[in-house]
Amino acid sequence: MNSFFERRYVIAGIFIAIVVILLARLFYIQIVDPKYAIYAGKNVLRQTIVYPARGPILDRNGKILVQNEPFYDIMIAPREVKPFDTVEFCKLLGIDRDGFNKRWIKAWKYSPVLKSVFEKQLTAQTYASVSERLSEFPGFSAITRYLRNYPDSVAAQFLGYIGEVQDNDIKRSNGYYHPGDFIGVTGVEKSYENVLRGQRGVNNQMVDSRGTLKGKFANGLYDTAAVPGLRLTSSLDINIQKLGERLMQNKVGSIVAIEPSTGEILCYVSSPTYNPNLMVGRERGNNAAKMYADVYNPFFIRPVQAKYPPGSSFKPLSALIALQEGIITPQTTYYCPGYYQAGNRKIKCNNGEAHGLVNMSSAVAESCNGYFSMVFQKIIDHNGIKQTEATYTDWRNNVKKFGLGNRLDLDVPGESRGNVPTPLYYDNTYRKGGWRASTIISLAIGQGELLATPLQMANLECTIANHGYYYKPHLVKAIGAQNVIKKEYTLRNYVGIDSGYFEPVINGMQAVVEHGTGNHSKIPGIIMCGKTGTAQNPGGEAHSVFVAFAPRENPKIAIAVVVENSGEGAHWAAPIASFIVEKYLRGSISPRESGITVEQFANANRLPDSALYYSRFRKKVLPKDTAKKLKTDSLKKPVKGLKGASRQNKKDSSTRLLAVLPKGKDDK
Amino acid sequence: MINNQRSFFFNVDWVTVFIFLALCTIGWFNIHAAVFDERYPSIIDAHTNYGKQFTFIVVSVIVGGVILLLESRFITALAPAFYIITLLLLAIVLVVGRNVGGNQAWINIGGGFRLQPSEFAKFSTCLLLARYLSGPNIRVTEPKAFAIAAAIIGLPMFLIMMQPDMGSTLVFLSMVFVLYREGLSPYFLIIGALFIALFVTSILFPPLSVIGIIIAITMAIIGLFRRNKRVVYTMLTGLAICIVFVFSVKFIYNNVLKPHQKVRIDIILGIKSDLRGKGYNLNQSKIAIGSGKMWGKGYLKGTQTKYSFVPEQSTDFIFCTVGEEWGFAGSLTVLGLYLFLVLRLIFIAERQRSPFSRIYAYGVASVIFFHVMINIGMTIGLVPVIGIPLPFISYGGSSLLSFTILLFVLLKLDSNRMGIV
Repeated sequence: MNSFFERRYVIAGIFIAIVVILLARLFYIQIVDPKYAIYAGKNVLRQTIVYPARGPILDRNGKILVQNEPFYDIMIAPREVKPFDTVEFCKLLGIDRDGFNKRWIKAWKYSPVLKSVFEKQLTAQTYASVSERLSEFPGFSAITRYLRNYPDSVAAQFLGYIGEVQDNDIKRSNGYYHPGDFIGVTGVEKSYENVLRGQRGVNNQMVDSRGTLKGKFANGLYDTAAVPGLRLTSSLDINIQKLGERLMQNKVGSIVAIEPSTGEILCYVSSPTYNPNLMVGRERGNNAAKMYADVYNPFFIRPVQAKYPPGSSFKPLSALIALQEGIITPQTTYYCPGYYQAGNRKIKCNNGEAHGLVNMSSAVAESCNGYFSMVFQKIIDHNGIKQTEATYTDWRNNVKKFGLGNRLDLDVPGESRGNVPTPLYYDNTYRKGGWRASTIISLAIGQGELLATPLQMANLECTIANHGYYYKPHLVKAIGAQNVIKKEYTLRNYVGIDSGYFEPVINGMQAVVEHGTGNHSKIPGIIMCGKTGTAQNPGGEAHSVFVAFAPRENPKIAIAVVVENSGEGAHWAAPIASFIVEKYLRGSISPRESGITVEQFANANRLPDSALYYSRFRKKVLPKDTAKKLKTDSLKKPVKGLKGASRQNKKDSSTRLLAVLPKGKDDK
Repeated sequence: MINNQRSFFFNVDWVTVFIFLALCTIGWFNIHAAVFDERYPSIIDAHTNYGKQFTFIVVSVIVGGVILLLESRFITALAPAFYIITLLLLAIVLVVGRNVGGNQAWINIGGGFRLQPSEFAKFSTCLLLARYLSGPNIRVTEPKAFAIAAAIIGLPMFLIMMQPDMGSTLVFLSMVFVLYREGLSPYFLIIGALFIALFVTSILFPPLSVIGIIIAITMAIIGLFRRNKRVVYTMLTGLAICIVFVFSVKFIYNNVLKPHQKVRIDIILGIKSDLRGKGYNLNQSKIAIGSGKMWGKGYLKGTQTKYSFVPEQSTDFIFCTVGEEWGFAGSLTVLGLYLFLVLRLIFIAERQRSPFSRIYAYGVASVIFFHVMINIGMTIGLVPVIGIPLPFISYGGSSLLSFTILLFVLLKLDSNRMGIV
């Protein structure tokens, strides 16, 4: 013992004090502060999303329009790669040496340890040769993914396409979508996105500090399985869709066919179209760019977005309203001298042909402009000239009941309203009260400011076929395996015309095909009731229009065909419609009295002068600065030329300018 | 003879032996959890570090037993020899040593085993210090004796600093407790604490404001004791030293310390929080311990340590596994065991008749306690990250064996406490 005996208490005290400090700190971080437990969970938890298969889309008979096809992504874990024959490997994948180096650097930068995508979306064919030899290249592996695949490459504008989500989609989805997810961008893929996409699953896994998977988190308690998207049964009939697309190749225009008894759209052709498979896979960007550069704009969904003057195809409607209003009877006659004198305007009949004495049915059959101008003037004037505006408004409302001038709420996006001009429009154009029936007489024959989409025209035929009502046209017949049908598609929409008034009009329409303007397109053994239209338009030659339904008794199909800038309805639209109708009703096409064949029409090139489209195209598609850059002297020519120069001139300059575009119709 | 045998057996301090075994077992199980390998799940599988640790424990227990059978006189007599051998090894390691993690601290001794001389230096230094201070007429208060004692401590410190192993170097500072017990002025402790405080404040705050505050405090004290000339002079001298110190801290901090040491100090003082880079280890270590909550995640269920988020999880950061899998309860148990051990060692020290045994016992207690304080303090962010093992628990043969020798030599001396060494 020595004199410093007491100091042991000091030393022990220091030891105890320090241990107490350590314990206090431990108490704080282990019990008081909860953040460390949260951080530990975040460290170790790796959530992965399990993507469900997107729902397939079928045609009305169960044939596949779009399905999911396996594709293969080649993955790389750079650390595990051993030296190998890069030349051989590049050949297998179809990439060059530079491409290989770029991908390698990218993968290495992403992570030397973790797997990342080395090459995206190999097709099954490419992968077949790769897979045999993949084991020779350690560090590389493949994962299977699914992409959209279109076995028959039809109905591109109907189906639409999917693409990676944009920032605003992500914002709007309240966190559902993440960058890199796919979403329907147009068409059915867009409008039925919620049904098609299915439900994503979540996989909770544990990872170590390097990101290597270490098994399920909490034994999979919080995992959810992916639910595949529902199957959609579309109303399209793939056979007539294919035929329609074939007939419309090298033409600009559209075909819409509807089943009158249901409102189901059977055929939905927009031309020019594109192969939907081009919007999938590795070349998607290039393909899309090419299509955007096409002046005829394949992405323009003509059945619902293009607006045309219905032309003479409007006449049956005009007659029906007049009958309902009691302005005329089926027996009302008119002596056609080849024109109609409305005030100081002369409405000529086609080619100035004098039809002589016509009644309503024969006026429809012969497409007598004079008769319908007379009817229109009678309608508008029947309350006296002072009441023109009010009477016109009534008439306009009656027209709108047929679905013109309004969206039909089709179940794909992008529908246009068409146009039935308002009285206000005329007030502004002329002056209030400064217009008469004679001023707006072009409406009588479906011209002037009247515009309708092909869908609206087809729907109009449905209404006539049904004697006074239509079902909302729709493209998707049933959702899921239970074939759920939306209730709104089972309701009749009446247009306010008594069914009795339809027979005389239909008689006329039958006559159109039997011996009238459309007699070239008569189908042996099937009574088709139709109406040709030659829609004058400011942009060049008239659009060829034909609307019809068939058979007369118990109609199965109503159709509208528009071939842009191709002249008379009887020449192009009517035969095309007749083929579609016959194919749908009979399953095959019989020889025609007139000698027309499908081949003849499928091979015909009616592409309008691209210069007509160029000005529109430039406005819509080209970004401003590009347009400016292109604005050289040579460029200005065709745009100017449009107004006055001869067609030959226009063509010359346009082909020079737009070498990328298909050649003009003169090739025929 | 029989009497003698029995008394030997009873004289061994079994409480300490029990704590020793308990800590070794805790260490073994936690190493198992920390570096668990699914391919070799067995805790005694020799492919793994936990299997090896089992071997080390067995070897250590045997060595401990052998030490208890040795003659005390033998240990005392050989103290200088041990010390010289250690110094030689420390010198050799600087030349032929293996560099692991920036420290040239290991000598390969074949068979895949490596020897870390600095671990054994603690033992031999304690032994020689005890031997010297227990000599006749040696008082620490005398400058010559203090200088010799400081040299005994300083020589191995210097050699270890050359490796450079900062952690093991600092361990020798714990000898200040031994010297204090043997009569060193308490001012050493107070001034030591003062200098640590000054060091921290002068890194955290600009030197001029720190000096300003020191001057203000000094002036206040001088004002109170202005009659007493001695106090005034002492304070003025102290003030001068403090001012020099503050500036030298900045200088040392900016020019002498290595960047990684600077960063560690910065992180602990909250100047920098670089969670992905230099602060990663500490942050993950705190997450591991903090996520243990009250009762821990359970044996082999710690995600932080098992999935390698915590670095060095079987050696310097082994306490993370304790904290994560056994929670605050486990931390409390382990810290309680250590506290109990060092207090028991102080108790043992004070019951010795021989100054040699007492001084040595204080050396053992100080070394062990310093290790515990720095190691656990480091894992929870109270002291900068300094790589020293947790006694008996951290993985490592050299460390375990040297602590065992350190402890069992004391137990041997204690068992002979009735005799005269």
